[in-house]
Amino acid sequence: MIQVPQADPNPLRDPQDRRLPRIAGPCGLVIFGVTGDLSRKKLMPAVYDLANRGLLPPGFSLVGFARRDWADQDFEQIVHDAIREHSRTGFREEVWRQLAKGFRFVPGDFADDVAFSQLRDTIEELDRERGTAGNHAFYLSIPPRFFPDVVAQLKEHGLADEHIGSWRRVVVEKPFGHDLKSAQELNAIVSEVFPPEAVFRIDHYLGKETVQNILALRFANQLFEPIWNANYVDHVQITMAEDIGIGGRAGYYDGIGAARDVIQNHLLQLMALVAMEEPTSFDAYSLRIEKQKILRSVELPSRLDLHTARGQYVDGWAGGEKVKGFLQEEDIPKDSRTETYAAIKLGIDTRRWAGVPFYLRHGKRLGRRVTEVAVVFKKAPHLPFTETATEELGQNALVIRVQPDEGVTVRFGSKVPGTAMEIRDVNMDFAYGGAFVESSPEAYERLILDVLLGDPPLFPQHEEVELSWQILDPIIAYWGNHGHPEPYPAGTWGPKSASDMLARDGRVWRRP
Amino acid sequence: MSTELSNTNASEIGQALLAARRKAGSPSMGMVLTLVVVTDERDHYDALKVAHAVSREHPSRILGVIRRSPRGAANVDAEIRIGEGGGSGESVLLRLSGEVANHAESVVLPLLLPDSPVVAWWPTKPPDDPAADPLGALAQRRITDTVTNPRSKIPALVTQCRNYTPGNTDLSWTRLTPWRALLAAALDQYPARIRGGRVTAERANPSADLLAAWLSDRLHVPIERASSKGPGITDVALFTGGGEIEITRPDGRLASFSVPNTNDRPVALKRRDTAELLAEELRRLDPDDIYEATVQAVCRLSDADGNAKPPKGETNKPAKQSEERGSGSVSKPVKKPAAAKATSRRALS
Repeated sequence: MIQVPQADPNPLRDPQDRRLPRIAGPCGLVIFGVTGDLSRKKLMPAVYDLANRGLLPPGFSLVGFARRDWADQDFEQIVHDAIREHSRTGFREEVWRQLAKGFRFVPGDFADDVAFSQLRDTIEELDRERGTAGNHAFYLSIPPRFFPDVVAQLKEHGLADEHIGSWRRVVVEKPFGHDLKSAQELNAIVSEVFPPEAVFRIDHYLGKETVQNILALRFANQLFEPIWNANYVDHVQITMAEDIGIGGRAGYYDGIGAARDVIQNHLLQLMALVAMEEPTSFDAYSLRIEKQKILRSVELPSRLDLHTARGQYVDGWAGGEKVKGFLQEEDIPKDSRTETYAAIKLGIDTRRWAGVPFYLRHGKRLGRRVTEVAVVFKKAPHLPFTETATEELGQNALVIRVQPDEGVTVRFGSKVPGTAMEIRDVNMDFAYGGAFVESSPEAYERLILDVLLGDPPLFPQHEEVELSWQILDPIIAYWGNHGHPEPYPAGTWGPKSASDMLARDGRVWRRP
Repeated sequence: MSTELSNTNASEIGQALLAARRKAGSPSMGMVLTLVVVTDERDHYDALKVAHAVSREHPSRILGVIRRSPRGAANVDAEIRIGEGGGSGESVLLRLSGEVANHAESVVLPLLLPDSPVVAWWPTKPPDDPAADPLGALAQRRITDTVTNPRSKIPALVTQCRNYTPGNTDLSWTRLTPWRALLAAALDQYPARIRGGRVTAERANPSADLLAAWLSDRLHVPIERASSKGPGITDVALFTGGGEIEITRPDGRLASFSVPNTNDRPVALKRRDTAELLAEELRRLDPDDIYEATVQAVCRLSDADGNAKPPKGETNKPAKQSEERGSGSVSKPVKKPAAAKATSRRALS
């Protein structure tokens, strides 16, 4: 360990100095499952991009752990290729050289005691040689069924013990369980070894940037707050559509399905952010309290058959390509009842939202890739125009576009130029900048940096995860006992039952 | 899409912009600021290219202004482009000749976007007092780049600093951000009391002088300024009781980072291109307080220096410069107790 002299506030830092980025302190990252897709396509490139943007500490080290017979050099080559192919900010030799010195690889099984003691030796060696100062984050990029093994091994080999002045953190990917019970079990395993503030649950769909954009839109403006309630809002539609199928994820996806995969975490989080009251401050704790209040107030529809819908894509033409149906995908059983489309209606029992339905939908192989939250307003109570003049006037809407093309759209009526009085919907668009050097960091970059900085994450902690399962469990149980998902052709906007579900309420889905 | 107007005025240009936007089919582009680029025939191509690149992060209306000879009949020519060059906003290149060349602000003022910030940028040849410049006066943020000042660079820096007005900023300051971040990170890792320091760079390097001024202002210790062949800043050292914190970057790309008691570590520290610098500048449009404190330190140091020695290096000739001039000047902070025990580097190490 380094002898650190007396600690005063750093004279080179000043809260006014907003140019200076926060660089993580001395630390290292250990990735379990480093050979996986996620690690190669997202994690390693994100680490590189952070280094390229100058946000990693000098001496940052990356340890890979996987069941491969590799030496450090082989690992270096894999990381090199992954970065070359997937990094966002362009490959630069000098950044690579900065990083590559800190790469280590530990081969082994998750049950292998020798491998874990080797991991401990490696980490201790890094502390000595690279000055990582005992600060290490463990990224579990592995299927949840291995969590107990790995976490137990970390504990057994003293890898989870924080010493004074240093930290150990663990990062867990979604899914956080597959129902309430498994989520609680998972939490019990992890929290036995790591304190709650050292556990980072990551939902990469919901980047911090998006969360902060929504918070800024809602709470930095005077314009929207007065109408952000049941007096003016008719309903809210939250959509996450994907144009791709399940791809190579058959093993994971079968038996999980659209609701567990996306609605449980991503869409319910978006809903909570859009519906919550103003937090007392913008720290993670206050934010969490408000989100939990919303999740606790969620009310399920009394008739789940009428107000939920699910589907399964069948072969068809999607975006000019002929694609397979879900049941024809590799490794999917021919009788699978897993849904690839799910839509649900939820109510929120608060003064602000009483009577306003929130419609959440997610599906694969839909028309296009889009995530958005549409707040649809009530029609004006009185229109001093003839009926013909307002025939084409719909409802006003404020759409928070999450991806792609993050931004905000406002939809309102406007007179069509000409002598006749005719009013039609128009859109006013705002887009958050674009694709320039540092403007839009990948969600994973923000996330890894948060972990290394120890920034309390905006990501859900276990209470939120469990509350979300409480909402979803009855719906999934109902689906389990009642029939099959309705087929819908790939490349369309989902099954007919989904449109029927809204038609019953006299509404239609927006085409996003 | 590009439209050219000759012998025109601001109102016609405004109408042409509107027409071009309509034709492009996007009536609203969410532009967040107006960027006035004050340039000339020789540099406008590169400058506008940078501005277009930056407008991808900061959608803006770009007004390029070329002031030609003020002799002859007044004439305004304009070249309007929308959605070109990858930029997401719109740009107008104005060529002003004759008397109107002295009244560029009269053409620019009606073309500013309503109710949004105005930034003036001099890619080359900054005026001595940007805030007093008629175009600069329209802007709330004035960006210069002292390095491009044809006058000898160090007096140019001092001039910029003496004429500092809140809202001024200089790309030689922006260039320092990665250095400053790394130095701050070094003190995070090794929070020792700093007894002195040294900045080594090319002899005429305004960034290095700003860095020395910043360090001496923040740390209240004297910072030596030594010279090297460059490129840019090559070495920064901070002296502590336990040894030196040192960042060395001989090649302008990869630095070596060392704090006492640990091994040296390589750190990428690339010199950034103008588009990246400008993008950083546009991220914040309020006055930069830390820059202000630093330019004040530059003025203090220059006063302390200037009283001792006659002004030097006013020549524009790139003649062989004497070696001891650059390495000799030790920056002394004013009114700091630490100044009393200003010691040389050798005594410490």
